[in-house]
Amino acid sequence: MDLSALGICAATSSCIVTQVAAGLISGFLLFLVAAGLTLIFGVLGFVNFMHGSFYMLGAYFAYAAYAATGSYTAAVIAGAAGVGALGAALETSVVRRIYHADVLLQILVCYAFILIFDDLVGIVWGDEFLSMGMPSAFKRAPILLFGGVIPPFYLFLVGIALAIAIGIALLMQKTRYGKIVRALADKPGMVAALGINTQLVYASLFALGAMLAGSAGALAAPVRSMTAGMGFAILIESFIVTVIGGMGSIAGALVAALMIGLVRSFGSIGFPLFTEGLIFVIMIAVLVVRPQGLFGRQVREL
Amino acid sequence: MNGSVSRRSVIAAGVSVGMSGLAPGVFRQAHAESRPIKVGLTSIFSGRVAQLGITTKNGLLLEFEAFNAAGGVGGRTIELVDRDSKGKPEDAARLTRELIESEGCDIIFCGEASGSAFAAHEVARSSRALLMHVISETTQLTADAKLRSWNSFRSARQALHDSIVGGAFAAKIAKEQGLTRWATIAADYAYGREATPEFMGYVESNGAKVELVAESWPKLFQPDYTDSITKILQSRPQALFCGLWGGDLVSFIDQGNLFGLFDNVRVFAIHLADYTTLMSVKQLPAAGAFSSNRYVSVFPSRSENASWSEAYNKRFGSKPTNWSWEACVGARFVIDAIRRTNSAEPAKLAEAIKGMQVAAPVGMRDGKTVMRSEDQTIVDYALGWGRIVPNDPYLVDVQPADWSEVLRLETDWKRRVGFG
Repeated sequence: MDLSALGICAATSSCIVTQVAAGLISGFLLFLVAAGLTLIFGVLGFVNFMHGSFYMLGAYFAYAAYAATGSYTAAVIAGAAGVGALGAALETSVVRRIYHADVLLQILVCYAFILIFDDLVGIVWGDEFLSMGMPSAFKRAPILLFGGVIPPFYLFLVGIALAIAIGIALLMQKTRYGKIVRALADKPGMVAALGINTQLVYASLFALGAMLAGSAGALAAPVRSMTAGMGFAILIESFIVTVIGGMGSIAGALVAALMIGLVRSFGSIGFPLFTEGLIFVIMIAVLVVRPQGLFGRQVREL
Repeated sequence: MNGSVSRRSVIAAGVSVGMSGLAPGVFRQAHAESRPIKVGLTSIFSGRVAQLGITTKNGLLLEFEAFNAAGGVGGRTIELVDRDSKGKPEDAARLTRELIESEGCDIIFCGEASGSAFAAHEVARSSRALLMHVISETTQLTADAKLRSWNSFRSARQALHDSIVGGAFAAKIAKEQGLTRWATIAADYAYGREATPEFMGYVESNGAKVELVAESWPKLFQPDYTDSITKILQSRPQALFCGLWGGDLVSFIDQGNLFGLFDNVRVFAIHLADYTTLMSVKQLPAAGAFSSNRYVSVFPSRSENASWSEAYNKRFGSKPTNWSWEACVGARFVIDAIRRTNSAEPAKLAEAIKGMQVAAPVGMRDGKTVMRSEDQTIVDYALGWGRIVPNDPYLVDVQPADWSEVLRLETDWKRRVGFG
């Protein structure tokens, strides 16, 4: 514990800028993955343990597209669209059959797919780690702001993630599709009775969630070495975000992800050995004080 | 025939009965002498550091295939059985036990990083199998007498040796270039926690002024190093000791470059000079990077080393790593012991390996590497530090170790920490 270092950092503009930027970077990337997870859980009630695999596949699809085209834009599109399509296929072929199954069965099916995807990645791309490299557009000196350092690539990532966050919020709050999704979360039977093809909405929502994870993997690919099984660590963090933010809440996922990013960033200076511990303390505190999460809705038991 | 039993038929019957009783034993022995020698390997074959397991296995296979092609010993060839521990200590211990008890492996190659190596070590101590650590470099594994057992050996380099040589090398550069503000980063596990203070201690004891301004201990296989990078950046170091390796090291350098971390910082990264790592790093630290010789075919500059590297490349289509030569050397000790004793009996092999010298691509005592008998770990292997350049030969201006000085300082260190 070095709280004096934290105090010195808090009094220095360069330190605050750098650490806040670092926290936002980690937070926004985590948000992209967690947003998909919370959407799928909140509306479909499905505990998607293979969500980390979607993140991994997004990174690998992007790697393949980047190797083929040399275009980072094409890589991100390939990562997001490829995983979105895979998500739709999985939902229609497997996942919709187990929505009403026991949670244990859902977890077992997901675990089977985690192993299958890890093995497929090993077969197609090999077991050794891969590195995509930084797109030439971002190979430039970091931006200096009040003495703090902000890499242009990370600024781009934050911008994209923020745009996606706003896009999802608008989609859910301002469109007919969003109204249907919200209605489905509360009264699926009523929505179906109105003649809406609920299965199509479920499939599209699962695909959207998968696409968010895939886009996070693709966006992060230039700075993360890729390997089979890389999705597991981010899956755990995503679940923490979902618990803190509230199941099904996009705003909650954003706040929780940013909170984790900032705790980790400033924690590395003030309490490096207890950063992870503090994140779990926050999660426990939320579970005790507000079990539905910071932005989750309380469900009354009858 | 009049119904009486002749003496001849009684003898014949007796011999037959005797033969039938003896036969299983005879056949068993004949079978034992013809069946392959099963050799086990646990290592990490999946995840960010799968290259560790893959290139370790390759290093073993190259030797075993040559042994088998030459007819083995007494017609017995070597069969390798490998298992993926995923780097988890509990799995490494379980798989080691399974290889010994279920697969019948009397010889185990432990291709594990230090955390898991200790777990496998404990399993082997309570067994009669021979254990060869081919990866773990943590000093304590063999320096601590309490951990030693008759059946455990190490053919991997030792962190303390690297720290002694690297510390002197870094101190020289630090004094020349006026580097006093140091930061460190290493993974938070046995090897990282041990190698970092050892290295920094030798920088200081070689006369360089050291002000430690930041320490960072990320988790092993952590995907994001942003918090470590910004912490180091805030402390404005002039030099950085880095104990990360494999994909972790590549990610750290890639992410550090985005923040301009290496623009004014000299990096002393023990594990950088390994082909698979060097070829994955897209942009080397700008202000200069230095590394221990993990594995490069130009050091030691001998034809045996170059030809081994070529043979490996030809067989597997890739370049060998530090782990490959460590596995190769371990395999050569075992093979030589099998040949000398004409046996695969662990006790006989262990006795033969103590103090043994084998020809090795990295051998520095007339081309040989030595298994020191008192602590059953290797010495006289290629050990040096040099400057990293972006293309082949990747490591230049290598300053080789003076082994007599390394051994003298190692003895001092053991006495100081109570291992002497």
